[in-house]
This record gives sequence, structure tokens and C-alpha cells, in this order.
Amino acid sequence: MKRKLTLLSLVIGILAVLAGCEPVMVLDPKGPQAETISNVIWISIATMAIVVIAVFALLVYVIVKYRASKQDEDYEPPHIEGNPIVESIIVGIPIIIIIFLSIVTVRSTYEVEATPKGYEDQKPLVVYASSSDWKWHFSYPEENIETVNYLYIPTDRALEFRLYSYGPITSFWIPQLGGQKYAMSDMITTLHLAADVPGEYMGRNANFSGKGFAENIFHVEAMPADEFDKWVEEVRATAEPLTEDKFAELLEPGHLGQMTFSGTHLEFLPPPEGHNHGTKHSHEREHDTDDAHGDVDTDHSAHK
Amino acid sequence: MDYFDRFAIPHPSPAIYASMVAIGLTVIAILIGLTYFKKWSYLWREWLTTVDHKRIGIMYIIAALLMLFRGGVDALMMRAQTAVPDNKLLDAQHYNEVFTTHGVVMIIFMAMPFIYALMNFVVPLQIGARDVAFPRLNALSFWLFFMGAMLFNISFVIGGSPDAGWTSYFPLAGNDFSQSVGTNYYLMSIQIAGIGTLISGINFVTTIFKMRAPGMKLMKMPMFTWTALITNAIVVFAFPVLTVTLLLGTMDRLFGTHIFSMTNGGMDMLWANLFWVWGHPEVYILILPAFGIYSEIISTFSRRNLYGYTSMVASIVIISFFSFLVWTHHFYTMGQGPLTNSIFSITTMAIAIPTGIKIFNWLLTMRKGKIEFTVPMLYSVGFIPIFTIGGVTGVMLGMASADYQYHNTMFLVAHFHYTIIPGVVFAMLAGLTYWWPKMFGFMLNERIGKWAFWFIAIGFNVTFFPMFFTGLDGQARRLYTYSEATGYGPLNMLSFVGAVGLAIGFALIVYNVYYSTRHSSRNIGSDPWNARTLEWATQTPVQAYNFARTPHVDSIEAFWDYKKKGQPLFKGSIEKIHMPNNSGVPFIMSCIFFVWGFSFIFSMWIPAIITTIAIFACMAHRSFEKDDGYYIPVEEIEATEKDSEVLADENR
Repeated sequence: MKRKLTLLSLVIGILAVLAGCEPVMVLDPKGPQAETISNVIWISIATMAIVVIAVFALLVYVIVKYRASKQDEDYEPPHIEGNPIVESIIVGIPIIIIIFLSIVTVRSTYEVEATPKGYEDQKPLVVYASSSDWKWHFSYPEENIETVNYLYIPTDRALEFRLYSYGPITSFWIPQLGGQKYAMSDMITTLHLAADVPGEYMGRNANFSGKGFAENIFHVEAMPADEFDKWVEEVRATAEPLTEDKFAELLEPGHLGQMTFSGTHLEFLPPPEGHNHGTKHSHEREHDTDDAHGDVDTDHSAHK
Repeated sequence: MDYFDRFAIPHPSPAIYASMVAIGLTVIAILIGLTYFKKWSYLWREWLTTVDHKRIGIMYIIAALLMLFRGGVDALMMRAQTAVPDNKLLDAQHYNEVFTTHGVVMIIFMAMPFIYALMNFVVPLQIGARDVAFPRLNALSFWLFFMGAMLFNISFVIGGSPDAGWTSYFPLAGNDFSQSVGTNYYLMSIQIAGIGTLISGINFVTTIFKMRAPGMKLMKMPMFTWTALITNAIVVFAFPVLTVTLLLGTMDRLFGTHIFSMTNGGMDMLWANLFWVWGHPEVYILILPAFGIYSEIISTFSRRNLYGYTSMVASIVIISFFSFLVWTHHFYTMGQGPLTNSIFSITTMAIAIPTGIKIFNWLLTMRKGKIEFTVPMLYSVGFIPIFTIGGVTGVMLGMASADYQYHNTMFLVAHFHYTIIPGVVFAMLAGLTYWWPKMFGFMLNERIGKWAFWFIAIGFNVTFFPMFFTGLDGQARRLYTYSEATGYGPLNMLSFVGAVGLAIGFALIVYNVYYSTRHSSRNIGSDPWNARTLEWATQTPVQAYNFARTPHVDSIEAFWDYKKKGQPLFKGSIEKIHMPNNSGVPFIMSCIFFVWGFSFIFSMWIPAIITTIAIFACMAHRSFEKDDGYYIPVEEIEATEKDSEVLADENR
């Protein structure tokens, strides 16, 4: 037992040194949502450390003190059924801990599912992020541009990602900006993020989606708003337009590098929202002429 | 030739061809060996047709250990592949098949049979019964499980393994994205094994309710029997969901329905919901019997009665109730909104309370005890700290907002290995070592056992602790490779080293079985551990009828009180005993099921129809059969009971 404890502490020590080189991504937040979650994680680690230490201490105490080798030959352990005081303690304290953690959880869950704190008064930047086997397509409807496998975002502005998928369920995840959310073929899920710090971040699909899953990564770059606007202008001026045929080509399974287009695919392939929700959305989707894809603009009335 | 192309492996590699040859050679060797040593009729008479719960338990153990090593090889392949960045050992497709089969084999074909092995062997003995309620159904359960496992295990040499993860989420597992027959294998083999498990569940609930010894009230049952009862109650409620889910998945893949598809109104989240409505109770099905085993062992080797028996029973009942109310925590990120997630967070974290009660009760049982560190006790004591880490990370994962960051990462993988391995695997090894003398009449060597324990315990921590860090650093699960730049390399290397340590530990267990079979003393009496419950009041090895005379129970630890306080245990004189006859029908029926499953996997409708008719013919045969069993006469029982210690005690 002692051997094991020393070994365990040795392992933890080595890991602490290894992990100490630089903070792990999830605990190195660059945006308000990720920061909230990072704080929740630290609170839970601290609370749970109390439990772990209590159990370890009790365990070491009983196995050191009550080893057969330390006791008299004729020692007969007593018959104890239980004790109401002790039992109410071992029920009561966990209940208090769970109540505390529940409050933390509920508050933080509502927080990260809403527009980030401090950005409620401004209009968020809406980005439609759709995945196909094994790529990400980012459509900026208001800027009317589209990128593949890379994402430029302005700092200090609320971002509203609307996620859906042209294939299996995927999960949109930028660890340093916030939590992940599934992208599915039949509905839009909304993820609220924001970046405080300009910089380059790793984004990926975190949900297993077949052969090319490991390489299903996208590159995120956060930059000040004026730089972002400049980039949008540049793309509008120089990038080739995204046509229906071109997009069909992009949807073919495989890996693509980073690409940039003017115009978005939302024009000819509306996302599954509004009255498109729950209809068929796949490669062989018929083009419905009576589709209104005006939801994009009407949806923001709430934010204005 | 086209017809046979379907059976070819879609992604051949030398390793797979090598296994193919090895499987062929092993089968031939077994057949030649059986013929040469003239063991065919012995095998048929004593094992294949047996309805004795003890033999079925032993067959379950053999199957579970085989599957443990199969899943273990998968695990080693995964750790070896991810040990260094950009490794070329396995390609993506092969790696996907390996982690899928690892999950399915370890949970459904290793852990489940292992808990049923110990339940089969121990529960009837603990409650003073002669057998389970429906002995022949019990045999059918085992053979259905076995054929399901065999069907799953031929997948990688005939037609290809499933590759959509053990959760097999649609639409990824649908025909659009998984063209090979792999997912059909998954659906059919788990279906067959699952039917067996459901039958077992009904069987054991009936057994425990109706076959207890006189005087054994529910609150006088040993803790392992209590957990077995609750576990099987969960099985009865949860497994029908799995059956229906797999059926719907089969319909989608074989008959072109659109239940989980992306088009024509299918719902891809429906699979995830249905799967976890079964899947979450399933993990409690795995852990509760383990809790029961630990209760027995800790109490035995602390030489003390179990502290807080009533709260222990209450906590497993509460856990079983809550196990059905938390399934959504497997996909907080599906976008159901903060209200749903908050509710499920609270129910998930609430499970920590009854589990905490159990942990503290075990610690309090050891307090004021006289602790002997035998191998089973080492596993039990090692379980407490490791499982606590697993449990608290479970609470962390239960917090919805934080789970948005943990979901689908190595942090999660570390958490569930930290619960399942100390929880289930340690418990099964402890239980196996503990009841081994009852099963085979000799003890496993303690020294080798302790070496194995340390290798497994330390190897386990070295393997899985780093994953908490790589997960928080953004390493998603199920990645077959990663780039140098990510910096996950060193920690994954450490994991690989730990995995090798684990492998050495399991190899030592095999060596221990071999060594003990050769060298252990066969003269150990019927109660080598000085234990406390009824199963140790039988002879070793246990006679077919278990108890010559029915025990009468007046307390929780009837056998202990009989030994210490002289409480009478057996009353009256020996009478003739009624026993069920052996039957070949369960085995034959399961073989037909195997062919039935295989026909469905490859959409061969004519054999499928024939085998369906044959299965119903077997059932019809049983319903018209006249089989009243047989009686063991009193003289025969007295002859076998001559050497029984308990009887000798009473006649003094």
C-alpha cells in the first residue's frame, strides 16, 4: 500500500512537472465562455480534492491501524450494526457538496448557453458552421463570404455560431474559446462564444465521424475588429464566388486545405432552420423553389 | 465468385491474415485434441448439456477470460498506435475497428459474462438453493451469450469489424457512412447476447425472490445477493430497450427504413437517446455486483460484520432508481438547452451520494477490524482510492457546463476507465480469487497473485492518469493519430508504458492459474478463508445438489453465527433430492441462433427463414416435452456427505 502511494505521488509529481510547462488548453481560456468553464472546473477540482483527501486519509488510517499483524492474536473485532450520527454525517456532507456544485452548475450552464457577459447590447457576428466529411464550412451571411477549414473572428464581439452537418453528427469545439456543441443534419444548434485575446487557436471536430476524423481540424484566428473588416473587404474583392456546383464538389468526402469564397452556400442550400427544420437535408436534396431563406435576417430582431 | 466477395475483409492487413491463420489452427487443434483424447462424449455429457448453475458459472468465467484477453490485445494495439505522434502502425480504418471492438468486447462480452459467472456460481449457494429457478433457461442464457460473442469475434476475418465506435451512433453507423457489414455484426451479435442476458435477469430475480432458504428474509440476505437482485431488476427494465434499439437499427440497415437516417424524417439523435437509456443503467448493472463482491470480501477479511447493512441496501436501491434518470448526461452537447442539462446534472451528481455512503461504509467496516491482506482484500482496498478518483471525476463530468469541455475527450476516457477497471475488473479478479477454492478445490497462489495485483494497480494508474491531462489539453477520444505540434506525445508514451505493465499483470494471473493447478494443496477444507456466508457451508468441491439438507437462516451472517455462536444451521434428516435433467436443446438452439444471426448479417434470406423456423421448432419441442427430472436417493447423498465437515460437527 505504501509502495503504491509513493508511486502514485511520484506519477502525479512527474505529471505536474510535465503539465507545468504550459497550462493545458481548457484551463488557459481566451474568452469569457471558456473562462467561466475554466473557473467551474477549478471549483470542482478544489471541492473534489476535499473528498479525495478525506477518503485517502481514512483509508490509510484504518489499514495502518487495524492490520491483523499489529493486533493481538485473540483480538475479536466487535459487532457494530451502524450509528445514526456517523451515518447522517456521511450522507449530510455529500448532500451539501452536491447542492453547492448544483448551484454552480446551473448558473454556469445558463451563462455559457447565452450571449457572453458584457456583450449583450451589441449585435453578435453570426457564422454558420457546417461540417461535411471531413471539413468545416464557415459561412458569414452578413459579410456574404465563406471559408473552408479556417475561421477568422473579430475580438471583443459576441459570436453566434449556428451549427449543422452534411454528414454524421460532429462536434464543433474550440477549447480555448468555450465548450463544444454537436452539429447535426436536421436542426441548427447555436453556440455562443467570444474571444478576448487576439491570437491563433485550434478548433476541431470532437465527435467521431469516420475515417478522416483525426484530421478534421480547423484553424481559428482572432483579430481586432478593424483588421477583421479589412479581411472581409479583401475577400469580397478577390475571392471567387461560390457556385452550386463548386459547393457540391466541396461536399465530396475527403480533406481540403483552407479555401476562401465570396458568397455563401446558404443562398442555394438553406440551413435546416425555420420551416426547413426537419425536412430532408442531404446531398440529394431537391432544390425547393418556394424556400424562403429570409430567416437569416429576421432572426436577429431579438438582438436589435 | 461474386457471392464470396461479400465475405472478404474490406481492409486486409498482415496482422489480420495472421489472426485468421491462428484461429484456423486453434480450431483444428481443439478438434484433433478432443478426438484424440476421446473427450467428445465427456464434453457433451458434462458441459454442453449441463443445466447446473455452477458449471454454467465456470463456463461463463472461461468465456469472459478469453474475451478479456481479446479486448486487452485491442487495447494494447491502440496504446501502441498512439504512443508516438504520426505513428503508422495502424491505419485509420483499422484503428476505428479496434477501438470499436475493444469497447463492445470489454463491456458486453467480458464484464457482463464475468458478473453473470459469479452470480451463477454464488447466488444460489448464498441463498441456500439447489439451483436457479429455471435451470434450462440458465443454460440457454449462457449459450446465447456465447454464440453472440463468437459471432462478434469472427467479424474481423469474415466481412470486416464494426467501425463506428461501441456506441455506434447513427447516421455514422447507417448504410450511407458504414458500407461494410461490420455494423450488422454489432447489431446481431449484441442482440443475441442481449436476449440471453434478459433471460438471465428474469431468471435471477425469480430465483432470489422464490428460492431463498427458510428464515432468510430479504433483509437477511448477504450483500452480494442483494446487489444481484437489484442488478437483475435493472436488467429486466433496461435490456428490452436495447433489444428494441438494435431491432430499429437492424431495420434501418437491412430493410431500408428511415428511423435514424438523415433523410425522410429520420432522427439521428433518437439512436443516442435510446442507446443511453439502456447504456447508462448498463454501467450500473456492471458496478453493483462489484459493490456486492467488495462488501463480502471486506467484511470477511476485516473479520467484522458489514457496517451499515441497511444503508448499503438503501443505497443500491437508490442507485438503481437513479440509473434510469441520467442518460442525457452522455450528450449534454446535443443542444437540448440549459434547463434539461441542469436537471440531468443534478440527478447525475446525486448518484454520488449513495455511492459515497458505500465507500464510507466499507471504510467503517475495516475500522476496528482485523485486516488480513489476502489477494482479494488487496483488490478491494486498492479499489477504494482509485474508484474515488473515478467517482469524483464523474461528478466533475456531471456538471453540464464543464462537460462542454470534457465531452468526447480523453478526460472522459480516463474517467470511465477509472470507474470500470477498479469497479468491475478488480472486483471480478477479487471475486474469482475469493471463490476459486469453492469452484475448483484449491487456492490460487498468494505470492504470484500479489505480484499481479501490484502490476495491475500501478500499471493502471500509469496508463490512465495522464489521460486526464491530455483530455484537458484538447485531445479528443478515438483519434488514431496526432501531430507532433500538439505535444500529446510524452503523456501518451507514458500511457503505453502503463499498458504494458497491465498486460504483464494479466499474464501473471494466467501463470498463477497454471502454477496453482500444478502445485497448490488440494487439502483446504470447505471454508479456507474463514468466511461468513452460506456458500462456505457446502462441501468443496460443491456437490450437484449444493446442500444435503436445506439450511435454516436466522441472521445476516448465518454461517458465521453457526461457527461462532453455535446457531443451528441444518435441521432434520437427509431426504431424497429432486434434480433437473441435462438438456442439449439450449446448446443446439444457440447454434441455430448463430447461423440465424450470420444469415441476417449477410442478408441471406433463405437460411434466415429456415433458422427462424428451426428456433421456433426448438421452443415447440420444449413445450411438448415430458421431463420430470430425477431423484438422488438418500444412500447416495449420505455416501457423498460422509466427509462433510458441517455434518461431522453436528453429529459430535
